[in-house]
Amino acid sequence: MPIKQQGDIKIWKRRDRNRQLAIWFGQFMAVAIFVYCWQLVSENTIWMFVTDAPRQAADMMDRMVPPKWSYMSDLWRPVWDTITIATLGTLMAVVLAFPIAFLAARNTTPSSALVRPVALFIIVSSRSINSLLWALMLVTILGPGVFAGVLAIGFRSIGFCAKLLYEAIEEIDETQVEAVTATGASGAQILNYGIVPQILPAFAGISVFRWDINVRESAILGLVGAGGIGLQLSSSIDTVTWTQVSLILLVILATVIVSEWVSAKVRHAII
Amino acid sequence: MLRLENLTKRYKTGDLALKDIDLEVPDGQVMALIGPSGAGKSTLIRCVNRLVEPTSGSVRLNDSEISSLGQNQLRKARRRMGMIFQEYALVERLSVMENVLSGRLGYVSFWRSYFRKFPQNDIDEAFRLLERVGLDHMADKRADELSGGQRQRVGICRALIQDPELLLIDEPTASLDPKTSRQIMRLICELCKERKLSAIINIHDVLLAQMFAERIVGLQLGEVVYDGPPGNLTADVLTTIYGEEDWEATIEKIDDEDDEDLDSVPTSADAVE
Repeated sequence: MPIKQQGDIKIWKRRDRNRQLAIWFGQFMAVAIFVYCWQLVSENTIWMFVTDAPRQAADMMDRMVPPKWSYMSDLWRPVWDTITIATLGTLMAVVLAFPIAFLAARNTTPSSALVRPVALFIIVSSRSINSLLWALMLVTILGPGVFAGVLAIGFRSIGFCAKLLYEAIEEIDETQVEAVTATGASGAQILNYGIVPQILPAFAGISVFRWDINVRESAILGLVGAGGIGLQLSSSIDTVTWTQVSLILLVILATVIVSEWVSAKVRHAII
Repeated sequence: MLRLENLTKRYKTGDLALKDIDLEVPDGQVMALIGPSGAGKSTLIRCVNRLVEPTSGSVRLNDSEISSLGQNQLRKARRRMGMIFQEYALVERLSVMENVLSGRLGYVSFWRSYFRKFPQNDIDEAFRLLERVGLDHMADKRADELSGGQRQRVGICRALIQDPELLLIDEPTASLDPKTSRQIMRLICELCKERKLSAIINIHDVLLAQMFAERIVGLQLGEVVYDGPPGNLTADVLTTIYGEEDWEATIEKIDDEDDEDLDSVPTSADAVE
């Protein structure tokens, strides 16, 4: 905060001159880079395709409507599979993420030199691979089907749930833990009375949130053969039956809306 | 009898919180520990039940040397020392009853406590204590629904159900209004007398300390600078403990307040405040 004395008056400005110039220079550079990138992109664009895009889109829309409602009878089962994959995958992830989070949190880990890095590594590796890639690998190993889908969703979600949960564990109120410790409670009892009650709302919230995400993710796992409605989607695209594609997209939309509504209700009830 | 000998605590940061403290608390004595913030009051009582590990020196409660106990023995020793906290430190999302019963955790197995299957004796005692502090109708409430004074009473029950020989009390009134503060202090002192407990009470409020404690110890920068009866706390003494300030007003008030008639047992009107 530069304050300049000018006679009797103290003049205050938010920044001194050099800092202000540096900020202006930074803003100027940002604009320059943007203009340069714009130019680069337009040089590499085939404008004929872009100008053609509205007509192509209209054409596709034309072929998509009306959705082929009779196809719905073939979709009930895949929709059920999709929700099952999401639910079982989330359940598996939550069960495994719970202990991992305690091993990873700074204040509960048994050893920050040995155990914590391992737990963090599990979390990072689970998070760094997309469900679709997990599914791709698991279908190769296990063969196509719902089971590969459940594992793919589960593996991806372990890291997500464990990371959010261990952050919640690190933010607990330590005096409550201190108070339980002072009664002569054992380590397991301290966990049960001092820590778990504090993170339970976070735990429930995270699980429901992840389930909600997983419903959406499991809808596309079928693209690589891991079960669910994605299987129908990819075969409809392959056979260019756009009326079926539009129906599937509508069904996915409806499923996601329902799952979002359910998770909002559940989270509200818990917290 | 609690005896501290050459108790020293140096934190990892290098701060010397306690310097060679020698202190004895006889059975049944209520002792107030006063001193400015950062004098080491909290560290001292936490060194007694080893929530803070002392750097050197010894802590003896009756015949056992607390400072050299292994983890399991330490847990057993902690059962004999009840602790009451500044911000109550109740587990907010557990019920009042669960909070009180958590004082028995050192006595029951993990699975019993996990399924909340406490022995009937413990439950009887919990109800007796809650009734004693005027909160028996609150047993089923969640701890975060209670007011400050009510929470502190639950904290007192949690400490007492341990059946302790000693109470360690850290700023019991710091977050309470003046009236509730007095009620809580009076309750603590009465309970100590009923059960012949000794207590160390960390307290900021010199007046409250003088009103309720039999003995006052002044701590300053980790050293005992005063140890004596409340009556001998003169302006000079307060200056050595806290530093220069006009203390006359603080001391004069004591005589007035002693005559004041405050209800000792919380009435039902207080309990639902």
